[in-house]
Amino acid sequence: MSTLAALARLRALRDGTAQRLATVRHVHLSERPMVLIPLRLAGEAAAPLAVMAGTDPAHPRLLVVPQPRDRDLRFAFAAELAELLLPYIESLQKDTETVERRGAEPYERCVDAPQLIVPNRGAAAFVQLLGRSTRFRRAEGPYAVHASVPLLGRWLTFLAQRGRHPGSSLMPAATEALSLHWATGQSALEDANLASLIGWIDPPPGMTGAAAARQAEDPLIWPPAGPASDPGFDAEVLAPAIRAYEETRTEHAEARVREAVRSQLEPTWRLMWRAVGLLAALPAGPGCAGRWEADRAAFTSFAAQLAEGAPPQPRRDGAVGAASRLARMERAQASYDAQRAYDDPLVMAGYRLTGEAFTGTVAHADPERTEGEGRGRKLRPLVTVRTTDPVRLAPGTRLGTPERRGQQAELVAIDGEHVTLKIVKGMGRGMAATPGAVPGVGERVCYAALLDDFQPPAALPPPEETPWTHGGPPPEYEPPSDEEPDEEWS
Amino acid sequence: MDPLDRLRGPVPPRPHDARAIAALAANPGCARRAVLDAAGIDKDATATHLGFPAPFGQSPFAITRGNAFEALVKESGCAELLRMLRELLGLPIAQAAYTDLGDVGGNPSAHLRHSHTRGLLDRAARDRDDAGTLYDHPLLRLEIAGQSAYLEPDVVAFQLGGRFHIIEIKSFAVVDGQAEPDKVAAAARQAAVYVLALRNMLQELGHDPGRVSHEVVLVCPENFANRPAATLVDVRRQLAVLRRQLARMTRVGSIVDALPPGLTFDLARDADGAPTRPVAELREAVRGVGARYAPDCLSTCDLCLFCRDEAAAEGSTDLLGRQVRDALGGVATVPEALGLADGSLPPGEGQEEIARLLRLADRIYAEVS
Repeated sequence: MSTLAALARLRALRDGTAQRLATVRHVHLSERPMVLIPLRLAGEAAAPLAVMAGTDPAHPRLLVVPQPRDRDLRFAFAAELAELLLPYIESLQKDTETVERRGAEPYERCVDAPQLIVPNRGAAAFVQLLGRSTRFRRAEGPYAVHASVPLLGRWLTFLAQRGRHPGSSLMPAATEALSLHWATGQSALEDANLASLIGWIDPPPGMTGAAAARQAEDPLIWPPAGPASDPGFDAEVLAPAIRAYEETRTEHAEARVREAVRSQLEPTWRLMWRAVGLLAALPAGPGCAGRWEADRAAFTSFAAQLAEGAPPQPRRDGAVGAASRLARMERAQASYDAQRAYDDPLVMAGYRLTGEAFTGTVAHADPERTEGEGRGRKLRPLVTVRTTDPVRLAPGTRLGTPERRGQQAELVAIDGEHVTLKIVKGMGRGMAATPGAVPGVGERVCYAALLDDFQPPAALPPPEETPWTHGGPPPEYEPPSDEEPDEEWS
Repeated sequence: MDPLDRLRGPVPPRPHDARAIAALAANPGCARRAVLDAAGIDKDATATHLGFPAPFGQSPFAITRGNAFEALVKESGCAELLRMLRELLGLPIAQAAYTDLGDVGGNPSAHLRHSHTRGLLDRAARDRDDAGTLYDHPLLRLEIAGQSAYLEPDVVAFQLGGRFHIIEIKSFAVVDGQAEPDKVAAAARQAAVYVLALRNMLQELGHDPGRVSHEVVLVCPENFANRPAATLVDVRRQLAVLRRQLARMTRVGSIVDALPPGLTFDLARDADGAPTRPVAELREAVRGVGARYAPDCLSTCDLCLFCRDEAAAEGSTDLLGRQVRDALGGVATVPEALGLADGSLPPGEGQEEIARLLRLADRIYAEVS
């Protein structure tokens, strides 16, 4: 944690209210996000107890499994969830735009994509587990399930996997999105409690954030946001209700389980929409749109794969798949970090503190300076910046600047408070700099050792040529055979 | 009177279990926890009486599931378990003997059951018989700060070719070869406690402690089915940590000696078992032993909310977690750190660097927000 974030937490503690860690929003917010709160039965691997979901804050849909240990009821629940989720996803595939690409065929991209907002990281992991437990099911043969169930599984898997991609907003967790923008006066561990996090950020009138956060820890007032339910509730309310259902299997008994679960989910439902409102109140950072574009492209391409009849996502990535996923995520992380810093002076401040970036005023500029002789002569303007930030960068380091995206400079020398830079990219062609491309004396500038430029994808062999050192080519996908139902969902 | 008995009052000491010992090792710097645990004090009841009941519990569903899974694995003399062990350890054994060490008849004391385990395992270690044997319900003992803690692995010691393996049965699922990392870590810490206890026992009996494998067998349900699957988990690292922490714990005696002579955490229970000790008095007593609160305590220690409240009252930076404390270079209190940041407090010796950083953070924060 940076000293800046630590200081923000100290101030939050002193003032009793959360402090901003960002001046703009770094998470894209859809116009019609779907909030999804899953609950699981304690002790079971992937036994869903309930889901509260929907796109309208006033009308949550509640799906409940009255006996989560019953396999048939679980799959009935999965089919219901598919009925809720798939139309939402499919409605967003209709409108597309044509994207022109340099040196490649233009392609169609959906103009919007689904956004599933879950309460916390545990909920996101549970969604992935639900995806895992449903995507290999089949609509015929023994243990047949409704045809929508495996499709749901693939979508859930896609959304959960993409949700872990740095900068993606397809499936954000509310606690993580909020923690990115606010520092509270409690520990990161306690921030995982949505109610107490929101208590710090937006306490009820007449109450400090600290007091609201303490109150939020009482499971009787604010039931946990899942995926596990409160053990006290399990023992006193849920267990007897499920037992009664098990004994009678009546509608009345089912309604009893349902109402019990509703009482646990409704407070979180309201909190989730408050979280959406808090985030929406922040102005969107300029980089959000570009990252959402990448999300939309991923969504479009996954929808196309499904339409072409691709097999379900493998249980584990093969060697090539894993290496390329990792490389993609690393590049996305570097680019996300750079974009956030460029979009937001408060994020940049963290880099200034560690000496990886600095802000100052231009003390001297030589916009017409050139290097080399004859045909090799190149424009290399020199700029000297006066800064009081502690710069810790080696000569030769490539720097970018939020004021002039696309421009790159090289650090030449540091002499006390004076940092000399050479602009090497993005100042115009020819022997004269484009007007305004080189900062003038007296201008306030910021330079950082963070670059958000195109990085080529990792060079990896095609999967079928995986070398034996990495396990050889991965096996072809084979659907589970009828005789041996590979695994039960019990 | 033993000072620890005096601290506890006239109630029997609470037995340690492996989970508690593993948690103890998680925060070794906390004198309060060390003393209360060494004296076998019921921390849950203490915390409740202080008005800060522990914020965690276990769902009945999880308990039922855990028991059902353990029963399944141990069904008909651990038949299922044996099948897995054969596969996992590649053993050509057709059958194995099964000995239930819990079967001593009547309602035996822990001491008696432990002697029984000790006798049988001693014979097994001497025999060097190649037939595999599963020992169910063994009762091991571990010295913790001069106190004997009896440990009952929910689990079994498996002996084959002169080597013993600890088997740990857990009901969390392993999906596609992966399980929740914190659950696996907790299971490994717990199993390390058993490995250590078993090694100590063999050593006392004059056998080579190295005959207890550092690889424990973790048995979990696989994927979404109820079918158990076994994996070997190397617990050498957990063992090293545990040994170091237990060695530190022996110093609890010196902490206890430094406590005021009349100090007691006795809840003064009445005939019905209800505590009658004045809360203010108990609070002062508990505060008499220094705690080292960290947010991780919130999931492991019954007293966590009391200590958190205390840390908040003292303005301790511990409240914000270790990451913040590290970023603050160990500045102990919130007012101190804020004072260094706004320059109202001159840095003490050794604080120049962190003070400079905090001032800079303060300046930049003011500039951009």
